[in-house]
Amino acid sequence: MSAATLAGLTGAALVGFGLYGLLTDPHPLRKILAFNILGSGVFLLFGIIARKGAAAGFAADPVPQAMVITGIVVAFSATALAVALLLRLFQETGRATLNPDAPAKTPGADG
Amino acid sequence: MSVIQALDIGLALLVLAVAAWTIAAREAFASVVGYVAYGLLLSLVWVRLFAVDVALTEAAIGSGVTGVLLISAVVRLRKSEAPAAVERPGVVLRVLAGALCTVVATALAAVVLLMPDPGATLAPEAASHLGELGVGNPITAVLIAYRSFDTMLEKVVLILAVIGVWSLAPDRAWGGAAGPRRIARPEGALAFLAQLLPPLGIVVAIHIVWVGANEPGGAFQGGAILAAMALIVMMARLAEAPEIRRRWLRLALIAGPAVFLAIGVAGFVVPGSFLAYPAGWAKPLILFIEAFMTLSIAATLPMLVIGPPDRPPLP
Repeated sequence: MSAATLAGLTGAALVGFGLYGLLTDPHPLRKILAFNILGSGVFLLFGIIARKGAAAGFAADPVPQAMVITGIVVAFSATALAVALLLRLFQETGRATLNPDAPAKTPGADG
Repeated sequence: MSVIQALDIGLALLVLAVAAWTIAAREAFASVVGYVAYGLLLSLVWVRLFAVDVALTEAAIGSGVTGVLLISAVVRLRKSEAPAAVERPGVVLRVLAGALCTVVATALAAVVLLMPDPGATLAPEAASHLGELGVGNPITAVLIAYRSFDTMLEKVVLILAVIGVWSLAPDRAWGGAAGPRRIARPEGALAFLAQLLPPLGIVVAIHIVWVGANEPGGAFQGGAILAAMALIVMMARLAEAPEIRRRWLRLALIAGPAVFLAIGVAGFVVPGSFLAYPAGWAKPLILFIEAFMTLSIAATLPMLVIGPPDRPPLP
């Protein structure tokens, strides 16, 4: 098995791990982490597509690689915005939950 | 099995183990630390895929800058962990979710194994115009020339994220600053590091941007290193983050996409279409755009990491 196929299989497994964490972990910060793992798994799948497209003297197709670089930066900006929203939610309600029925504590009661 | 193959398999297992730890760790702090290690290991996988540009970006942004963001968030959210833990779904739901994820991962693995080799590629097209552009690194060529529209919009996404983060500021803090305050006599290892690293980091960052035209590197990677230098100085409390009302800060944030857009619109006049470079001028224009993009990335990333302003502007 080549290094590229191995990396592709790793990517597939990472998508599974990330999806599981996104679905089952109730804490929003852990969901953000899981979503980033899912995303990096998808990026690795792009990586194997790039590697299998090696031609014209390049070790890998540059187009998927450029898309991944753009993707990493966009994923970072989305993560930063999500974290800022989450911190603000915690600041306002004293809780960090996506459950709309959770009893809201008085702001600042425990933080 | 050769040594390299054994190392590849070991690396893949390590990446998967650290990812599983990040998902399964009981404490969020342990999970975040796992994620930072995961990002660094992943950049090694990218090196094995012969994608050094991606590996640099992953190490600098995916692991480094994201790590700073997540670690400061997890410390502030520590008290929210226990109440959230009771909302964990029951065993049945978790088994169902596990089964679903296994199906998804298996399907993707099947796609990987069934992928044609050699696969579809745009590499010859990317290679055929490198001479006209005067750029040796095909990835830089894709980012700044062939798919420049994507890259320009991505800069706009970064600015939208900054606007989104800033808009979460309380009214009284609007225009003010975020992040730790400067202290008069910072001490300790971090302050020492923050005095020692930036001169080296700035030189390395400029080098990475400059060689990015022909070798692995470029505006993203160099900008992320500059951003890391700014962050370490702020975290060591040698300097404070600027107030967000400062005009120079806002100009630095928009300089990259603004220059990109201006050159893109100028393309209507000379070669005759949006974002087209006039013949013979491609390389200087690409370097010009990259310089301003580096500045904008170096300004944007720290502003995203330190979050919305939390204290009112000084009079």
